[in-house]
Amino acid sequence: MAEQELLPQLFKTEYRKIVSVLCRRFGLEHVETAEDIASDTFLTAAETWGLKGIPERPEAWLYKVASNKAVDFLRKKAAQDRRNSDLKTPTEYSCIDLSLQNIRDSQLEMMFAICQPLLTLSAQVALALRILCGFGIDEIAGAFLTNRETIAKRLQRAKEKLRDNNVRLEFPSNPAIRLQPVLSTLYLLFNEGYYSRHQDIAIRRDLCLEAMRLALLLTEYPETDLPDTNALLALMCFHASRLDARIGTRGEIIRYDEQNPSQWNAELTDKGHHYFNRAAKGAEAGSYHLQAAIAYWHTRQEDTTEKWEAILDLYNRLLIRQYSPVAALNRAYATYKVQGKTAGILEAEKLKLTHYGPYHHLLGYLYTGEDSAKAITHLQQALRQSKTQADRDNIRRDLAHPDLQTSPTHHPG
Amino acid sequence: MNEFLLLFRRDFTSADAQPSAQELQDLMKKWQHWLGGIAAQNKLVENGNRLASEGKVVHAGDRVTDGPYAEIKEVLGGYSIIRAETLDEATELAKGCPVTLIGGTVEVRQLVPPNL
Repeated sequence: MAEQELLPQLFKTEYRKIVSVLCRRFGLEHVETAEDIASDTFLTAAETWGLKGIPERPEAWLYKVASNKAVDFLRKKAAQDRRNSDLKTPTEYSCIDLSLQNIRDSQLEMMFAICQPLLTLSAQVALALRILCGFGIDEIAGAFLTNRETIAKRLQRAKEKLRDNNVRLEFPSNPAIRLQPVLSTLYLLFNEGYYSRHQDIAIRRDLCLEAMRLALLLTEYPETDLPDTNALLALMCFHASRLDARIGTRGEIIRYDEQNPSQWNAELTDKGHHYFNRAAKGAEAGSYHLQAAIAYWHTRQEDTTEKWEAILDLYNRLLIRQYSPVAALNRAYATYKVQGKTAGILEAEKLKLTHYGPYHHLLGYLYTGEDSAKAITHLQQALRQSKTQADRDNIRRDLAHPDLQTSPTHHPG
Repeated sequence: MNEFLLLFRRDFTSADAQPSAQELQDLMKKWQHWLGGIAAQNKLVENGNRLASEGKVVHAGDRVTDGPYAEIKEVLGGYSIIRAETLDEATELAKGCPVTLIGGTVEVRQLVPPNL
């Protein structure tokens, strides 16, 4: 592999490891130094490898350089600390521990430090992308459809908050409780990729894969390998199995009933089953279990009453646990699939989500073939409230349904 | 928005009021769909609980009797709390409750927060 391809590849996998390991050694308050050293290491690599060619073991080379730079920093810092205090004896600096185990431990501890209610959810996701996933600021801005300055500020504030609150990198004493916000952030990170309005499929896939990678890391520790973790990972696998089939060539969302099942990824579905079985060890079916079960049924190709009854049942249970407009709309759709259009319309109209575009889109869809005037009114309302070109394209296509065309405009000749 | 208590009453005693396993399964799905319909409108405050059929009643002078059903056939079997503007709206939401399919009733009562 040429270094032009190798370096970005290594940056993606190694940057985050170096940052986490250095932070574990320096303390989280020095996260920016850790980031600087990691970046600097890659700059050094770019220069050196350009001149001398790629070393035999590039990862080891990067670790060695990062380690030297880190020891330099520690030495300078200690000298400064000595000047500021009475401490006389110089400390010894072994090189930095970049063993596989220490890398994993550091990343796990970093996850607990970042994903916690002290920070807003959007700050958690941004920081996770930066530090745990090695995304550049521009990439994060791209994923959030915002600008560089906003993200830079958000990251800055989040780091200050961690510093001000003296957050340390450590394995929590109560991992089961601390796990919940971690899972929420990973869930959000995944959804950012799966449901985002972003047209760039590569970014979306990256976000989903990163969330899955971090969830997988949680399953590697007995203290965090809990039913909820596995349920979340199963949910991600089942959803991700349809990721490619779900996005069209122009970045538009392809509706479930129009997807090509041959594009669904069987390997990911199998993985989903694996984690779902492991999730079943717990006594209680939590929200991730219910959502994983719903996602599982969506990986089944057949369009049977049994399938939609199961989905409807699961949405009922999910909503009883926790309300969300998306789940409410999906429940109305499942009601239509089980009990027919009249029942579906009845349930949808009860929701009264009149300021929510997808509500009108669903009603427009259900009224098509039943009441054309109402169908058109709802679809036009959905069009006015739509936020992306991809949404508008889908709604216009539904408006073009033959049942909704009024008087014939031409006579067959 | 106000909160309303839904009280589900049904006959626990007579043999023909005891449903089969399959009927129970169907009934549970109907309960979930009915409650899910309320939750989908973001009007479910609390899922509530079913009540065990066994109970005691404490009377004046701390006299205790068995169960609330000495004289009445229908007893309290559970409750949920919902959100609605008016008693009429709450009553509308209570309609279709599966307890009515097995001869039971729903009583709708507004919760009045204590004036502190």
